[in-house]
Amino acid sequence: MNQKRKSRIEVAAMYGVLAVVAVIIFYPLIWTVGISFNQGHSLYSSSIIPENFSLDHYQWLFSEESDYLLWYKNSLFVSGVTAIGSVILTSLVAYAFSRYQFVGRKNGLYIFLLLQMFPVMMAMVALYIFLNMIGLLDTLTGLILIYLGGQIPFNAWLVKGYFDTIPRELDQAARIDGAGHLRVFWSIMLPLAKPILAVVALFNFMMPLFDFLLPTIILSSAENYTLAVGLYNFINDQFANNFTRFAAGSILVAVPIAAVYLYLQRYLISGLTAGGTKG
Amino acid sequence: MALPAHQDPENHQSGIQRKRKHSPAVALVLSIVFAGLGQLYNRRYLKGAVFILVELAFLLTMLESINFGLWGLRTLGTIPGTDHSIRLLVFGVLSLIGVFFAVSLYIFNVLDARNQARKIQNGWKPAKIRETISAFYEYAFPYLMTFPGLLLMVFVVIFPLLFSVLLAFTNYNLYNSPPRNLVDWVGFSNFVDLVTVPIWQNTFLSVFSWTIVWTVVATTLQIGIGLFLALIVNDPRIKFKKIIRTVLILPWAVPAFVTILIFSAMFNDDFGAINRDIIIPLFGGGGLPWLGDPFYARIAIIMVQTWLGFPFIFALFTGVLQSISKDWYEAADVDGGSRMQKFRHITLPHVMFATAPLLIMQYAQNFNNFNVIYLFNEGGPPVRGQNAGGTDILISWVYKLTFDTNNYSMAAVISIIMGVIVSGFAFYQFRKTRSFKEEGEI
Repeated sequence: MNQKRKSRIEVAAMYGVLAVVAVIIFYPLIWTVGISFNQGHSLYSSSIIPENFSLDHYQWLFSEESDYLLWYKNSLFVSGVTAIGSVILTSLVAYAFSRYQFVGRKNGLYIFLLLQMFPVMMAMVALYIFLNMIGLLDTLTGLILIYLGGQIPFNAWLVKGYFDTIPRELDQAARIDGAGHLRVFWSIMLPLAKPILAVVALFNFMMPLFDFLLPTIILSSAENYTLAVGLYNFINDQFANNFTRFAAGSILVAVPIAAVYLYLQRYLISGLTAGGTKG
Repeated sequence: MALPAHQDPENHQSGIQRKRKHSPAVALVLSIVFAGLGQLYNRRYLKGAVFILVELAFLLTMLESINFGLWGLRTLGTIPGTDHSIRLLVFGVLSLIGVFFAVSLYIFNVLDARNQARKIQNGWKPAKIRETISAFYEYAFPYLMTFPGLLLMVFVVIFPLLFSVLLAFTNYNLYNSPPRNLVDWVGFSNFVDLVTVPIWQNTFLSVFSWTIVWTVVATTLQIGIGLFLALIVNDPRIKFKKIIRTVLILPWAVPAFVTILIFSAMFNDDFGAINRDIIIPLFGGGGLPWLGDPFYARIAIIMVQTWLGFPFIFALFTGVLQSISKDWYEAADVDGGSRMQKFRHITLPHVMFATAPLLIMQYAQNFNNFNVIYLFNEGGPPVRGQNAGGTDILISWVYKLTFDTNNYSMAAVISIIMGVIVSGFAFYQFRKTRSFKEEGEI
């Protein structure tokens, strides 16, 4: 009896904690949704339950006046190319590091990982001048190339960890049957490493979508903006601070992304622990 | 990267044959004189011709610009108004990288000529062209695979890093910047200034100590809360696990960029929702100065980071908890282990073993967590007697020095110090993991 009662109190306490956490999680999210339905532009006159419910801001985003759809397109382009490119580049590098002997194999990745820990702010000055020299400043191509290069060390390390768990007997058997280097890579390694490659693709799809620092520096014309830069400018602009519009624009991005994340999170976690703990 | 000698399998067949009149020393000297000559001497005509062509092309096209780049690197320009020191520096770094590649290739050429000459001396007969090509493919395959990635990394990781490191030894700042002025090499004087000039010293110490506090407190809170919630949800008595998990992971799924800006608005001193809807109705008064006072700003930013960061840890731990076998706990029950003992001796070791590298990475990430600091309050509020804001961590301070006050050389100095700290820490951790140890080869 006593045991049972104690257990019941415990369960109640646990539900209590979870309820509090749920409130803390939902409060800012619902607040944002509420704000986006307010009519005015400023935060001051807005509230979580709008007095004058309106869809003005959403309509504005899709109107001729705004570049929102263009930014959406730019962002999807950058993210898509970065995701595909990173999977190709990273898996090639990881394959070499996992299966071959060559100069720099032992410490190569390692050194790059450590070098990358140096903060990148100053790097941006250098990259700015360099992109200007080769004529890729203010282009999405320049942005993509930087993302592609920067993601290799960490992701190659993840994928290499995963490749290492694939038994070598498999590729040796294929070799005896006459498969070449690329054939083994294509028909054995890649299919078996699908979970971790999906993680890499997803990371590299999401990362450019919400990076604002690098694109603010590299992209200068409004028609080249990515979503993060465009949205940030809604509230960063001293003279046209427009929080309600920002809220509406953010929701239209956050909802599809959150849906994808929630759907894929199981794979993300298992991929990370499989590749990461080995590493 | 220096390439090693060819190790062809044919090598051992020739052991018993008599030595020929063919000197590796001659091949070595010839290939040093001009790339490819050694190969011609070895009668590898095609290879020799290719090497000669490559060197000629290099000398004709690159020599002048590399020479110019190295001159720029040494002097940083001589005529104010005409020579742009920073462009010269960029050009110089690129030339250095070019020289490095050229030297590597040259060393490869010399070693190749010598080794082949040795083999010929031992009576080895050159294989047919087709076989040579396929042997070369075997040997070069890993290099071909890594080359595109390496090339990108050199330009995106190595080149900017070299540039930043070099900047730390110049006097490049707002008042001394091209094209009007020339930038000069000043040795270690920036490093000395950082620890001797009072304003730098004060700012550095206070920003540095806050960075440490921030990293430790925010990350530990994230991990602690994530673990606690994972344990609760994993309790067999809790129902609706799936829905609860989805809710708890929500903050991770919503883009951080958006939520930080939203929190920044909610914590606004004057009309933010936290003051207006929670603090004032509950406690009265005029609300707390969340953004205006360094102490409250720090509290707020740690709370925001915890909100953002715990779901990832929660998801990670949930995955691990589910994989712990029930047998462990049953065995503990038989031995009469208390709940605390089970947690300490079964759950915790399992969870930590599986996630340690990722947790360590969380600390490193928060140390460099520019987004949350900058987007929340731009590092503010301002603090008297120092040139960084109250919530500025090292990386956001570097950002301000670079883009707001254009104090590039000092920003570079601080970047180097940060990089050494984080990579030193990471190096120590990587040493403990196994993945980079040698494994068998094909």
